[in-house]
Amino acid sequence: MNETVSQTRTGDYLVRARDLNVAFVSREATVNAVNGIDLDLAFGEVLCILGESGSGKSVTLRALMRLNPKGKTVMSGELSVAGHDMMALPDSMLTSVRGREVSMIFQEPMTALDPVFTIGRQIGETIVRHEGISRREAEQRALDLLELVQIPSAKRRLSAYPHELSGGLRQRAMIAMAISCRPKLLLADEPTTALDATVQIQILLLLRRLQQELGMGVIFVTHDLGVAGEIADRIAVMYAGRMVEQASVTDFITRPLHPYAQGLMGATVHSGMRGHRLTTIPGSPPDLRLPISGCAFAARCPHVVNACRAALPPFRHPEPGRAVRCVRFEEAA
Amino acid sequence: MFYYVVRRIIYIIPISLAVSLVCFLLVHIAPGDPIDAMVAPDTPPVVIEQVRAQFGLDQPLPVQFGIWLAKVVQGDLGNSLIKGRPIAADLLSASANTFILAMTGGLLGVLIGCVFGGIAGVYRGTWIDRVLLGTAVAGVSVPHYWLGMVMVIIFSVNLNLLPAMGAGPGGSTEWAWDWAHIQFLILPSITLCVIPAGLVTRTVRGLVSDIMSQDFITTLRGKGLRRSGIINHVIQNAAPTVLAVIGLQLANLMGGSILVETVFAWPGTGMMLNNAIFQRDIPVLQATTLVLALFFVVLNLVVDLIQTAIDPRIIRR
Ligand SMILES: Nc1ncnc2c1ncn2[C@@H]1O[C@H](COP(=O)(O)OP(=O)(O)OP(=O)(O)O)[C@@H](O)[C@H]1O
Ligand SMILES: [Mg+2]
Repeated sequence: MNETVSQTRTGDYLVRARDLNVAFVSREATVNAVNGIDLDLAFGEVLCILGESGSGKSVTLRALMRLNPKGKTVMSGELSVAGHDMMALPDSMLTSVRGREVSMIFQEPMTALDPVFTIGRQIGETIVRHEGISRREAEQRALDLLELVQIPSAKRRLSAYPHELSGGLRQRAMIAMAISCRPKLLLADEPTTALDATVQIQILLLLRRLQQELGMGVIFVTHDLGVAGEIADRIAVMYAGRMVEQASVTDFITRPLHPYAQGLMGATVHSGMRGHRLTTIPGSPPDLRLPISGCAFAARCPHVVNACRAALPPFRHPEPGRAVRCVRFEEAA
Repeated sequence: MFYYVVRRIIYIIPISLAVSLVCFLLVHIAPGDPIDAMVAPDTPPVVIEQVRAQFGLDQPLPVQFGIWLAKVVQGDLGNSLIKGRPIAADLLSASANTFILAMTGGLLGVLIGCVFGGIAGVYRGTWIDRVLLGTAVAGVSVPHYWLGMVMVIIFSVNLNLLPAMGAGPGGSTEWAWDWAHIQFLILPSITLCVIPAGLVTRTVRGLVSDIMSQDFITTLRGKGLRRSGIINHVIQNAAPTVLAVIGLQLANLMGGSILVETVFAWPGTGMMLNNAIFQRDIPVLQATTLVLALFFVVLNLVVDLIQTAIDPRIIRR
């Protein structure tokens, strides 16, 4: 990790988003799930997105491949992924980018895999779609992939259905499917949350190994600061559909700047906190159906002043590679 | 799986026995003495007893059942009280006619239902969905006989395009797949298809929109599948359930075409049942009910086995 957030040349970036907004429009209400996100990811870089439930992490991730439900989703802003202008890309070309240059793994491998297709077919299908090889060759590739993700007795597992595998193996199969066309960008939406602790670590190690071997850029969503510290180069914190802080992993863990990020740290069990009291952040996130003026965290912030409510605080850059959206971060630190 | 198939086939035996017993008892529970229908009102009691003995109706019920069952197993369904000739031959040709009508109407209905339901499910909540669903609800609500008569008035009486009654030229009851016969099939099968079309539309719509909202559809979109590739997954997920509904609808149509057969004078089991009821022709009633019920049992078995074979989520040993 050596890029700074303020760098602007598109060509150097795997992902570059500017003022990205995602809203879900229905007759009853408009939910502003993502509100003006700027995001940069270098080739081969691993970014973790942290934030509490409902802060828009999954929506952001899906927005990067325009995967939010068609028809009710309104997106605006600039978004370029692997050199494609995603906002302008016609649907027909979008389907060629998805799964080939960008792919995604999900939290629940049970529901994210088709229950009536074998593992081999689901993996092979992706390869056939993007590389136009025969189904037979694709099956062979699927077998290699299952071995790459260390599924024991891989050959037998090719013809297994998702319900016949354990959660950990299912997630491995899901990963095999996602990397089958060697994407440049892997989006991982809490891929270890549904698994038990020992399996979590194995999957994490696997992802880290694959990331290094294939040189993929990874955006990894998690609740778990420990996981983030293990895998990320850089951390971004989201709150109410906005980025509130971005920093390198070491900077962030030693000294989070935004009061919300500090709150997250205080509410997490990690080694640096031994002997300290766990704290919670009082209150609850704002209703995304209503417009938010000023800092979205103001209502829950212990350091709030009038300026926080008056206008959205701009990003401040206290040191290179660091950005924080808080007018009082110096006092709060 | 193999043991499951064998076991399911063996289960058929007790089920069929129970069905036969019910069919047998049905007519003995019904009020009225079947002999009354066979003899003139002023027949002397001696003659009545002779007739009774001739048909075995003087024996105790279990014995009657045994005798009846033994004959049924050998393919002897008894003689019609009214026509005086063996039922089996008539019933066979009537069953064939009903089968033709039920399958044509049923498959037509299933086809319409799958297309309408599939489209409505994919476009759930849009005006396309509302139009198709409205059509389906209307289809289920329209009475059979009313629709049949309206069609007869329009296409037979006013436009003189299609015949209104029977299953072949000159009242023939022997079916053939030529235009002379097929034109008799059109109105009754359209009338018959309406209800299954409506029911299948609703089922398939629910199923498809349910499947479309599942997480794995997002995965499929995320790996770059085009619409056709995704529809392929939806179809394979929906197939087992749709198949069960189809089987049930076809079975229903076999027994449920009485009204349509009566309106169009279609020489099938429905008409046979109808006549048997009005003429109190007990053996015919018994035999027809039995054949239809057994058909239902067998169809259920077939649906269940196919479903087990094509749905990997069902594990049966
Ligand atoms: N398809 C949708 N239609 C309407 N609202 C949606 C949709 N998807 C997400 N939202 C809303 O957008 C907001 C952000 O949701 P998102 O799933 O991104 O949260 P998250 O940060 O991933 O939370 P979690 O940690 O629980 O996964 C939520 O308020 C959610 O209700
Ligand atoms: Mg989420």
